Amino acid sequence: MSGPVVTGIGLLAPNGFGVERYWEAVLEGRGGIGRITRFDVSRYPARLAGQIPDFRAADHLPSRLLPQTDISTQLALVAADWALLDAKIEPGAFADYDMGVVTSNACGGFEFTHREFKKLWSQGPKAVSVYESFAWFYAVNTGQISIRNELRGPSSALVAEQAGGLDAIGHARRTIARGTPMVVTGGVDSALDPWAWAAQIASGRVSRSADPRRAYLPFDSAAEGYVPGEGGAILVLEAADAARARGAHQVYGEIAGYAATFDPPPGSGAPSALRRAVELALADAGMRPDEIDVVFADAAGVADLDRVEAEAISAVFGAGAVPVTAPKTLTGRLYSGGGPVDVAAALLSIRDGVVPPTSGTTDVPSGYRIDLVRGVPRAGRVSSALVLARGKWGFNAAVVVREATV
Amino acid sequence: MITGIGVRTAGGNSTKEFWNLLTSGSSATRRISFFDPSPYRSQVAAEADFDPVHEGLSPLEIRRMDRASQFAVVCAREAVADSGLEFDTVDPSRVGVSLGSAVAAATSLEQEYLVLSDSGRDWLVDPANLSPHMFDYLVPSVMPAEVAWTVAAQGPVTMVSNGCTSGLDSVGHACQLIREGSAEVMLAGASDTPITPIVVSCFDAIKATTPRNDDPEHASRPFDRTRTGFVLAEGAAMFVLEDYDRARRRGARVYAEISGYATRCNAYHMTGLKTDGREMAEAIRVALAESRTAATAVDYINAHGSGTRQNDRHETAAYKRSLGEHAYRTPVSSIKSMVGHSLGAIGSIEIAASALAIEHGVVPPTANLHEADPECDLDYVPLTAREQRVDTVLTVGSGFGGFQSAMILRRPTGGVR
Repeated sequence: MSGPVVTGIGLLAPNGFGVERYWEAVLEGRGGIGRITRFDVSRYPARLAGQIPDFRAADHLPSRLLPQTDISTQLALVAADWALLDAKIEPGAFADYDMGVVTSNACGGFEFTHREFKKLWSQGPKAVSVYESFAWFYAVNTGQISIRNELRGPSSALVAEQAGGLDAIGHARRTIARGTPMVVTGGVDSALDPWAWAAQIASGRVSRSADPRRAYLPFDSAAEGYVPGEGGAILVLEAADAARARGAHQVYGEIAGYAATFDPPPGSGAPSALRRAVELALADAGMRPDEIDVVFADAAGVADLDRVEAEAISAVFGAGAVPVTAPKTLTGRLYSGGGPVDVAAALLSIRDGVVPPTSGTTDVPSGYRIDLVRGVPRAGRVSSALVLARGKWGFNAAVVVREATV
Repeated sequence: MITGIGVRTAGGNSTKEFWNLLTSGSSATRRISFFDPSPYRSQVAAEADFDPVHEGLSPLEIRRMDRASQFAVVCAREAVADSGLEFDTVDPSRVGVSLGSAVAAATSLEQEYLVLSDSGRDWLVDPANLSPHMFDYLVPSVMPAEVAWTVAAQGPVTMVSNGCTSGLDSVGHACQLIREGSAEVMLAGASDTPITPIVVSCFDAIKATTPRNDDPEHASRPFDRTRTGFVLAEGAAMFVLEDYDRARRRGARVYAEISGYATRCNAYHMTGLKTDGREMAEAIRVALAESRTAATAVDYINAHGSGTRQNDRHETAAYKRSLGEHAYRTPVSSIKSMVGHSLGAIGSIEIAASALAIEHGVVPPTANLHEADPECDLDYVPLTAREQRVDTVLTVGSGFGGFQSAMILRRPTGGVR
């Protein structure tokens, strides 16, 4: 049985505007993390983030969409445009009910809603925008992508903190298995206004380092939190036979397996369910651990979480038996966008036969027993990859991508 | 298979109270009491008299959880108790959660905002006054996590946030996970507690909610000629869902089987609806097909019936388009006339009403319907509940973003009860 295939990618990341520019930056080790410039961050205890520089929505979207959308939705709409363009889906290639949208979102249109909260409380209810009712909520990206591209098939929006982006891809795959031949899927987040920034700091996991190269060091003995970022990726996912039938000009690879699990309640002392997510995703793909060529790690950058992830990987694959990498060290953690960007990176690793490195991290505790790819890209054939994403409170998601045989 | 139900709504502090309200035909809407509503265009809501201490939440849980999470957890516990399922006998890795919500932690967000921003004066909110729970309000997937912790679920856990169809779609999502074998038992449902100034003003801005402030008890008037918008509400409903074999093996009481579900998007407008009901009709058609149910077998339609001018005509058109002549012979009612519109939660609350209609053989009425809109010419069960055997229910939802969802519930077969 073959799973659905990825035929288009639209990606916007702090270190690359567009999938090829992102990939080039990742292979050259260029990062997009810096001091926040959107507002005066000097009074905040954390000041570094992965920001997409010079994004002007008006260059990419019709003017009527601008006042009704948050920056996160503008980024999502551009990513979806690029993904559909990349896939060269011609009008009429699919009936409207045969095209769905499944996205993940963690923060909603938060900067937009912050502005409306401010208007409400400083100017009164009549100042609140007519767009607030739908610019804020978590379904906004799915709804706007559906409308802009006339996609009327089964659609949904999922939230699972940083794991949600992989859940969206998993649910898109499920939707295709249930009979919808094409689904636009992925996740994009941006929450870099002062209130959302304060809220992210409240998670207790955001790095307070002032050095962009040393602030986010997953799997390092000096790990002290993560750097949040903005952006994400939207993919065009098609049933393999549908892609074949329309003569798709390119196939990046197959979404071969997916699973999601949830950790036991805090304080229960029971082990994390991450390992089971890995095993279930491999089983779903019908693959053995030794058939996986690289693992794109969640890479929390928090010592306890890094240890749990390293243990799960070494338990399934054996000590140091599979290359592990985290190119998100160059972008920061992108919430719902993180998983889909890693899926894109995994597909490009397959295409180009190269594993991108984890930047920054130097001192991996020997007890982690993982082969973390550091320094320079590692060349070699890549035919499959495992992508992991975890969300605060206990969400675990795993996706297996594989070279397509179409 | 629905084997456990927990509900909290205005006028419904238990599943039993909720059902009594629906069959009485009276409305639980009132003038907003949570804050001074006088600056707002719409000053009416369906507020729940929810007492977290009385509901058994611990002081720690009350401090930690937003009101919407509290509703979800209380309903989850009620559903679990109602199901009689001993969760410690089920492999926790086979138990999942699917929770719907449209605006999630709006209440706590607004409270925190006022503290951090000096009541809206500062754009650069003050990180010194930050609540340790602020992140939980920014990213609402803490809600399904809280529900998962009530039964130590370790299977797939997710939040489905599709605006006002969230409560239908979260349960539909759970059914898909059970069917494909990703879970054996799902705790599924939805919760929203949006009666807070920011949400009231965002619906004021588009005139979606009713300005009928001089008559709050009769302000929710779906299908009536004098309807002027919906009445904002809060509430939650949670279900224990199991597959047929498991429910039968353990001799569970089964309220209803969810036999079909489908969702479509109108790709038309974030808040507007076309008059033809095309996409909702398609969702209904596909849900019936999945259920292997003929349109003529539907004997009750639990409507979205929000009471806005455009919605009630839109869905009336969708019923005619999907069910043909049978639409005219089928009772249609909107419980939003009694419990208001609790956004993402209402879809699950309406599933509860649909299951209870099958269980009790009673069709709940549309309250406050005295004179139907001439363009709404179906049998909307005005004012008074109707005793009638109900085997198959169609329940629908329509929401911002263009989501149109439909679900079929039917009387369980095979001697499960």
